[in-house]
Amino acid sequence: MTPQQSQHTWQEDVLGQAAEWKSQGDDVALATVVTTWGSSPRPVGSQLAVHGDGKFVGSVSGGCIEGAVVLEALKTMDDGEPRLLDFGVTHEQAWEVGLACGGKVQVFVEKLK
Amino acid sequence: MKFATLERLLRDRSEKSSVVLATNLNTGDERLVYPSDLEGENGLDPAVAQAAGEAFRSDRSKTIETEEGPVFLHVFNPPLRMIIVGAVHIAQPLARMAALAGYDVTIVDPRAAFATDERFPGVTLLTEWPDDALETLAPDSRTAVVTLTHDPKLDDPALEVALRSSAFYVGSLGSKKTHAARLQRLTETGFGEDDLNRINGPVGLAIGARSPAEVAVSIVAQVTQTLRQEA
Repeated sequence: MTPQQSQHTWQEDVLGQAAEWKSQGDDVALATVVTTWGSSPRPVGSQLAVHGDGKFVGSVSGGCIEGAVVLEALKTMDDGEPRLLDFGVTHEQAWEVGLACGGKVQVFVEKLK
Repeated sequence: MKFATLERLLRDRSEKSSVVLATNLNTGDERLVYPSDLEGENGLDPAVAQAAGEAFRSDRSKTIETEEGPVFLHVFNPPLRMIIVGAVHIAQPLARMAALAGYDVTIVDPRAAFATDERFPGVTLLTEWPDDALETLAPDSRTAVVTLTHDPKLDDPALEVALRSSAFYVGSLGSKKTHAARLQRLTETGFGEDDLNRINGPVGLAIGARSPAEVAVSIVAQVTQTLRQEA
């Protein structure tokens, strides 16, 4: 996106922010929605950039799973291993971080190396 | 993801190049795939190459199964475009709303008094004649063309170029009477019924819009409907 556009559109520049953090020497992980089933709040390709101190930009849901994704992103920054996370009503964590809309999403989390 | 891959992606984005990022979800291995890679020998898994081609065309990212495990194909296409003919009052809110919805907006109006930076801060303005401007801009299947001048001398040449292109949306401001006269003129120019049915006129969804901003809402809504519901 050109500077002109990022100024005019509401979308956050997730990848640009990730690159900026990384170039400052900070740990960064990217989380990406790679599959959705049923109604899901954010489409495939939606991304979250997570900083080593836990702050983030972007979204992978309407806000229901970001907390859990950030925790997994911090683990990925620690061990360097990518993770594929499933969220949905059938997930055992549904009580904590399930999607209220009843959909399911799969989120890929990887460290920026 | 490697930092070098991210930097390359950001550079492609600023250069408005199409690219697919293919990531193996088991291993994290990644590769950037360009449309030019799909021609000839490329070392790509045939399933990945085929799905990447589909992703470019449909503008949709997806995960596919391969012998090496699941691969996520993340498509990064340049922004959708909206070409607005007529730097008129309605163009002011329309340009801003379309930009909010993610469109790269260009306004075409040879009347230099209308197309000024003061009236359209931050928007690309072209003061060429509309048919010349549209030939240069070359609308494609990710472009919407909206004419707003009411003036056949300006609107018609733009519509003629738009109808010969694969623009996914063509709309033209004007009352039913104005629109009927427009269709008559374009018929005389040689356009058939299928061509003319592509023109949304009167432009915008019928929501009873009154102010320029409300008309802009109706146009952005109709463009969105055409983009998303006909895919």
